[in-house]
Amino acid sequence: MQPSETEVAIAAESWTTEQAIANLQQTDDPSTRYYAAWWLGRFRVRDDRSLEALIEALGDTIDRSPGGGYPLRRNAAKALGKLGDLRAVPALIDSLTCADYYVRESAAQALEALGDSRAIPGLLALLDGGVEAAVRVPGKPHLVQPYDAILEALGALKATEAIEPVHPFLEHEVARVRFAAARALYQLTGDEQYGDRLITALRSPELQLRRAALMDVGAIGYLKAVTPVAETLAENSLKLIALKGILEHHLAQIDDLDEAAIEIMTQMDKLL
Amino acid sequence: MTLDSLLADVDHADSAVGLLMAVRSLAQTGDPHAIPKLIEVLGFNNPGAAVAAVQGLVTIGEPAVAPLLEHLDGYNYGARAWAIRALAEIGDPRALDILLSAAADFALSVRRAAARGLGTLQWQALEPSERVLAQKRVLERLLETSQDPEWVVRYAAIVGLESLARGLDDPELRDPIKQCLQQLRQSDAEVAIRGRSQLAHHQLMTTD
Repeated sequence: MQPSETEVAIAAESWTTEQAIANLQQTDDPSTRYYAAWWLGRFRVRDDRSLEALIEALGDTIDRSPGGGYPLRRNAAKALGKLGDLRAVPALIDSLTCADYYVRESAAQALEALGDSRAIPGLLALLDGGVEAAVRVPGKPHLVQPYDAILEALGALKATEAIEPVHPFLEHEVARVRFAAARALYQLTGDEQYGDRLITALRSPELQLRRAALMDVGAIGYLKAVTPVAETLAENSLKLIALKGILEHHLAQIDDLDEAAIEIMTQMDKLL
Repeated sequence: MTLDSLLADVDHADSAVGLLMAVRSLAQTGDPHAIPKLIEVLGFNNPGAAVAAVQGLVTIGEPAVAPLLEHLDGYNYGARAWAIRALAEIGDPRALDILLSAAADFALSVRRAAARGLGTLQWQALEPSERVLAQKRVLERLLETSQDPEWVVRYAAIVGLESLARGLDDPELRDPIKQCLQQLRQSDAEVAIRGRSQLAHHQLMTTD
């Protein structure tokens, strides 16, 4: 989040759809354009003009951060993930090779949200070099690629061809990356040993890691995690989100409420 | 261990886990003299310690109600949510007005805790004439809360409505609850909300 994002975002709450689209289409004022991209995603404006302008913004070269990043492209990619229109997929795949790490991360997350398997080869390509290549960028707070977003997307997209390249990431030095690999491998294989790694992660000594593991078991709907989620030391609001994910995943597989569904809800009730 | 040394342990804890352990030990005494310190812990932004402090305050029960009401933190919504949770679990009807307004708080964790607590007040502590009036106010508030934009607040409202329905003095008030649950079950956008209202409705039908 940029320092002043909240303030401007609040001012932008009063825009109309027409204004937001016009603000994105213009190129004279980069900061207004930046917030317009955010706004259209936030309010999920499904309009052809908004879609076209956002796709065009993915190629923007005007709005540059001091570090050489592309702020507008990042916001445009995020917004396109929220709009749910598959016409954005090819441009987002192109963005996976953008020089800006955060554009690649936003694009991977958007492609995960859109759920289109055309993204798989582009995502897999970012794993080239395997764990050996997955090192920190000197002087930056991140690795060379947004591995957690890439791995999560491959899992969500059911990219079974990714099982082999993803597997070594279970041993990556960064815990978040290991969790993302376990999450993806559980989705790709259904093998509980991977889900169980996330249950172990719920007992990490660090709160940040327990929070990350909560989001992971919720995202994959790992039924065995219900009690460990209820018992882990973290905010109730995050536990509730995790249990909601598990509940919804489970309800999608049954016709009527069963004991497991009632057990999840009983745990949720206690956390309110 | 004396109470003074347990209180000092909370003040001198130098890690999150150390604080959690110290608060747990203090909470286990059930000693009303621990109330001010336990309330202070609710503002520490340490979820583990806050859970333990809430548990301690709930164990102490009635003597903690007045201090909790007096020290509700208007500026720290995290602390306010925990205090509302403690009041909700104790269920003393002196918290009724606070819970009614907390169900419309700007912080969703506060609305969530209040909505659940409104359903489980200890109605028998009120005179019969006050009881029906109070239950009507709670019903009205929870019906509004069941339309909250946040799923977790609607979820808590369902749980609150289900408990309220069990404790009602006037059985006619059950009808709007059942209607509300039916409506959520059929048309809420969230699968989890539809599931929870189905469960609540089912449980109310089987206890009729």
